[in-house]
Formats: sequence, C-alpha cells, structure tokens
Amino acid sequence: MSLLKIRNLSVEFSTASGPFRAVDQVDVDVEAGEILAIVGESGSGKSVSMLATMGLLPWTATITADEMSFDGQDLRELSGRARRRIIGKDLSMIFQEPMSSLNPCFTTGFQITEALRQHTDLNRSQRKDRAVELMEMVGIPDPSRRLKAFPHQLSGGMNQRVMIAMAIACRPRLLIADEPTTALDVTIQAQILDLLTGLQKETGMGLILITHDMGVVAETAERVAVQYAGQKVEDQPVADLFATPHHPYTSALLAALPERATERRLATIPGVVPGQHDRPEGCLFSPRCQYADERCRTVPPPVQPAPIGRARCHYPLNVPAGEEVA
Amino acid sequence: MSQPIVLAENLGRDYEVGGGLFSKPGIVRAVTETSFSIEAGKTLAVVGESGCGKSTLARLVTLIEEPTAGHLRIGDTEATPENWKKLRTDVQIVFQDPYGSLNLRQKVGAMLEEPLKINRPEMSKAERQAKGREMMRLVGLREEHYDRYPHMFSGGQRQRIAIARALMLEPKLLVLDEPVSALDLSIQSQILNLLLDLQERLQLAYLFISHDLSVVRHVADDVVVMYLGRPVETGPKDEVFDAPRHPYTKALLSATPRAEPGGGRQRIKLQGELPSPLNVPPGCPFAPRCWKAEDICRSDRPRLEGQPHPAACHFPEA
Ligand SMILES: Nc1ncnc2c1ncn2[C@@H]1O[C@H](COP(=O)(O)OP(=O)(O)OP(=O)(O)O)[C@@H](O)[C@H]1O
Ligand SMILES: Nc1ncnc2c1ncn2[C@@H]1O[C@H](COP(=O)(O)OP(=O)(O)O)[C@@H](O)[C@H]1O
Ligand code: SF4
Ligand code: SF4
Ligand SMILES: [Mg+2]
Ligand SMILES: [Mg+2]
Repeated sequence: MSLLKIRNLSVEFSTASGPFRAVDQVDVDVEAGEILAIVGESGSGKSVSMLATMGLLPWTATITADEMSFDGQDLRELSGRARRRIIGKDLSMIFQEPMSSLNPCFTTGFQITEALRQHTDLNRSQRKDRAVELMEMVGIPDPSRRLKAFPHQLSGGMNQRVMIAMAIACRPRLLIADEPTTALDVTIQAQILDLLTGLQKETGMGLILITHDMGVVAETAERVAVQYAGQKVEDQPVADLFATPHHPYTSALLAALPERATERRLATIPGVVPGQHDRPEGCLFSPRCQYADERCRTVPPPVQPAPIGRARCHYPLNVPAGEEVA
Repeated sequence: MSQPIVLAENLGRDYEVGGGLFSKPGIVRAVTETSFSIEAGKTLAVVGESGCGKSTLARLVTLIEEPTAGHLRIGDTEATPENWKKLRTDVQIVFQDPYGSLNLRQKVGAMLEEPLKINRPEMSKAERQAKGREMMRLVGLREEHYDRYPHMFSGGQRQRIAIARALMLEPKLLVLDEPVSALDLSIQSQILNLLLDLQERLQLAYLFISHDLSVVRHVADDVVVMYLGRPVETGPKDEVFDAPRHPYTKALLSATPRAEPGGGRQRIKLQGELPSPLNVPPGCPFAPRCWKAEDICRSDRPRLEGQPHPAACHFPEA
C-alpha cells in the first residue's frame, strides 16, 4: 500500500482576475522508504500540490481530488485533532522559504523542543538532549549555543538546517522537502542531501524532494515526477527518465542542460509557460512543442501507461517495442 | 597578445564593520590581492561560495566602489575615481535578479534610453529611440513592446531587458553577476545563447560571476576560484575543471551534482563551513576545512603560484 496516495488532485485559486488552476489532475504515489523527486519550472504547481496535501493552503484555494490518503487514512475527512496528530509528526514538511516558517520571536531551541513537546512524551531534559542531537545531525556546530539563538542571528544555511531539524524531530514517516537546498552553497547542499538520504535509509521514511535542479534529481531521487503548468506530464524511475524521456517537455528540458551541450549553442525551448489567460485548449505544452499538430492543439492528451512513463502526450517518445500507445 | 580590456592588479576592498551593540568593530577583507585580465571576446568566470567576494569584485570592476588596495585599468586608462566618469560607458553590469534590478514604474523604452540621455546628451530623441528599438531586436524582444512596463514581462524577458540596457552605451566589458541564477532551465539556455551571440558579434569581454559550475564550464574561457575574498586557483577553464590543483576547487567540483544518474561518485565531505570573514584564520584560509592541512598550512599563507596554472596551496593536487 502506498504511504501517500493522491488521485486527480486539482487546486484552483480565486483571484481578482478570475479563477486560476495551479494544479490540474495530478496523481502522486510514494511508498515507504522511497525518494520521489518532483521537478518542474517555477509556477508549475509543485509547492501548491504538496501544500494542498498538508492542508496548508489559504481559503482562496478550492481543492478537489478523488483520493488523498496517508497510510490508508483519508486526509480530507480527518478531524482537526486527528489531523494535528499526523501533520508535523508522521507527515512533515520543510518549506521553501525558511525565514517565513521559523518564528522570529522564539529561539531555535524553543521551536524544536516545542515540536517535541506536542508530538512526543519525552520529558524536558530528554527534549533538550534530543534537540542537541538533532542540531548535531544536521551539522550545526556548537549546538548548545545555537539553541539559544534567534533565527535572525543565524545565516540562511543555518536556518535551513534548523528547519530540517524541526521537520525530522518526531521521526516522520513521510518528509516533504520543498527546495531544501536551493538557497545553499553546493558544499553545504551536499551535506544536507547526504543527511536527508541517510535519514531516509536509516528510518525507512518516504521522501518527496521538490527541486528544479536536475543534478540534484539525478544524484538523489529514485523516481521522478515532472510537472508542467500544473499537470504531471511524466513519471519514471530516475535512470530511465534521463536515458529515455517519453514526454517531449522532459526531453527538451534535458537537452537544455549545459552539461549535455554538444556545441556552443544550447538547445532551448521557445516561448514561455502558459499563463492564466492563455491556457491552450488541447495539450498545455503544444505552443512550445516541436511535435505539435492539430490534434495536440485541440484534444487534451491522454495519460500513457506506466511503461511509457505515464506521459501526458498524444505522441510519446522512445516507446518501448511492443507497448501500445494510449 | 592584444591589450586586455580590463587589468586588475592586487585589487582589494576592506570594509569596517561592527562596533554596534553585539560586536566589536572589525575589518572585513571582502576582496584581497586579486589579479586578472580579460581580453576582448573572452569570458573570465569567478566562482566560489556565497560571501567569498564575488559581488564585491563586481562592484569594484563596475566602478561602483573604489578599491582600498591595488589598481584597476580599463583599456589604457587607470580606473581612479577622477577617470570614472569617462570610463563608465565602457563597463556595464547585469544583476542576478531580473525583478529587483529594473525600475518597475518606468517603461522599457524609457529605461533603455535613459543611459543615452545621461551620457550622450548630444543625441536627439529620435536617435535615442532608434537605438533603443534596435537593441530590443538584438536581445530578442519585440519592438512593439517598447512602451510596456517591466511587470508585463516574464523573468527571462526581464533579464533580456537588463542586458539590453547594459548594452546601450556600447560597453567593452560586461560584468554579469549571477545572470541566470534566478531563471528556469529552459529560459537559462536562451539567455546563455544570447550572451554568447552578443559576445561574438560585439567582441565583448565578460566577467561572469556564478556559483553554478555547469554553467561556468559552458561559457568560460578562464576561471578564478575565490575563497574568503582571495583567489585560490586560476587558469584556463579546461585545466581547472579537469585537473584542479587546489583542494577547495576539488571539493567544490565534487559537491556539484551532475545530471547523470547512477554515477555513484564519492563526494569529498568538507568539515564545518566558511569561517567568519571578520575572523580569517592565519596561514591558509581553507585550513580549518581542508583534509590535507598540516602545521605549515596553519602558520604560513600559501602564495598563488605554480604550474601548469597557479594555485594557493602548500600541497597542491598532482
Ligand atoms: N495563494 C495563491 N493565490 C493565487 N495563486 C497562487 C497562490 N499560491 C500559488 N499560486 C500560483 O499557483 C501556481 C503554482 O505555484 P507553486 O508555488 O506551486 O509553484 P512551484 O512549482 O512551487 O514554483 P517554484 O519553483 O517557483 O517554487 C503559480 O502560478 C502561483 O503563482
Ligand atoms: N558594504 C559592506 N559592508 C560590510 N561588509 C560587506 C559589504 N559588502 C560585502 N561585505 C562582506 O564582504 C564579503 C564578500 O561579500 P560579497 O562580495 O557580497 O560575496 P559574494 O558575492 O561572493 O556572495 C562578505 O563577507 C560580505 O558580508
Ligand atoms: S501532446 Fe502533442 S504537443 Fe503535447 S507534448 Fe505530446 S506531441 Fe507535444
Ligand atoms: S595550503 Fe594546506 S590547508 Fe590550504 S589548501 Fe593547501 S593543503 Fe589545504
Ligand atoms: Mg515552490
Ligand atoms: Mg553575490
């Protein structure tokens, strides 16, 4: 059974200029002990889909789904209390902007021990010890002193690590990490990624890693979901995704990597992601796709079966011999 | 060898800081003993972690700030403040943040014409406009958007506007401070191609600042690796990437994730993090994090020297 199972999730925001669909018919599955990466350009709905799962979107958001379950429990039907018992303990998230999710008025030590007080039955001194242990785990030097510091007294990298310490404090079964290393230097990023994957191996937790860095994906993830304009357009094991992308968008994205350049000019994807008012009728990628035809422009593409990477495309690439295209 | 567009010798910039409630006054050596030159049509990349002095170096070269040590020459003119006005048109800068670096209340056209208004008062309005429109075409924007405001453009288009604006005075040197870091992959490749095109056509020299080593590898001719305000290794791109001599360069390269799954590489794990710039250790500044450090590293500062390209290390990699 999947640890997290989401079917047909859509999120619509009501905005001054009309409704805006930020997430569109997305499916997510994560098993215990699995690392799933969600990649996609800015605004493709990565954060919003996970915030919807956590129940953390503002009231302007309308969430619809056929199923949203964590460990077999329907996340939509939970009472406030039952939800609080799960969220922050079994299901935990590291947010994209550390400064906006740490409370500036409390010391880091207080914020970590408070999470422990709410979700565990450790006593005071055990909580303190665990806080020090967590700070050490995330590589914060001189933890006892750092526990007395307020967020503004620490660097961005330090605060990001405090966030991670808080998120893993109660040994979550699923950790959602939203761009956990984007603001950090590569040497610190390497430490944090090793920390997260080490934890995941040790404790068997599931890990969802949201990122736009294909290098991080390649080196960290087991499976990859690619998002475009609110939709999941492909879902494959990491090695297969890089070797044989099935969706033209994935393929174009990989070709644009400077590392893959075969000449001085890089491959580009013409145009931009569609906005609120110019969403195409058929395939959302059709205005930028080199393979687009009339059918693509008018008929929304089906989702292909798993051997074709669940590609949302009429004409998927690299179809394995003998596979039937939907 | 042709004359370099820019020549920096032992450039340095100190800042006095602190003396507030919580800290003793001190001196931050943001940039120290930094030398380089760039020829027309060439790209020098500056890499290193945040706080290593990249942006400070950019401000010195762009004549926004005066160095506190060493000297800088642009073309054949010494870049001392009395010459700044004359040199200002030769050097322009493009910043990382396409949102923050543009005046949101100004139309694109007015924004492009402004540098001409200030620096070329002899030009007529029609001439300025013609030049602005030509520049929009050059960077791949539509001329009919001349009267739009920046918020009507995407991030990539705004970065094109910033580049167009920087080119209005026909500079010889463009300082690019993380020009693609805020952009998505598909837009990043468009902007990098644009920069390469412009360089070929206009023989621009680039000082390209970036923390993204795969981008640097693609665009640079030469590379300077900085650590705590000092260059620790410098040389032709291929040499530095394929045979790094300084342990820090090696660590930086090994920490950079590669977009090839299943590499199974062993990363070098660095201890600790950057020391406070107020508190640079004596000897080699990298010693507290270096796995090869010995006593001499903690007492004597290594000089930037050696073959095939210079590295500041007592025990450089073979
Ligand atoms: N509260 C909101 N009201 C209206 N629109 C919103 C709101 N929150 C997010 N959006 C929009 O939803 C879309 C998806 O946003 P989301 O934050 O999920 O993007 P993302 O994929 O995480 O991007 P990034 O890589 O930049 O973090 C964007 O177009 C965003 O502007
Ligand atoms: N105006 C200033 N006053 C005091 N310190 C500064 C100032 N500008 C930069 N610094 C310090 O100089 C060092 C180098 O900064 P910077 O050039 O911005 O680094 P980078 O661009 O490589 O991240 C940092 O320690 C920074 O805090
Ligand atoms: S459906 Fe058509 S336009 Fe869309 S990605 Fe596939 S080939 Fe391209
Ligand atoms: S001088 Fe010593 S401490 Fe510094 S980089 Fe070389 S080996 Fe390491
Ligand atoms: Mg996001
Ligand atoms: Mg900077």
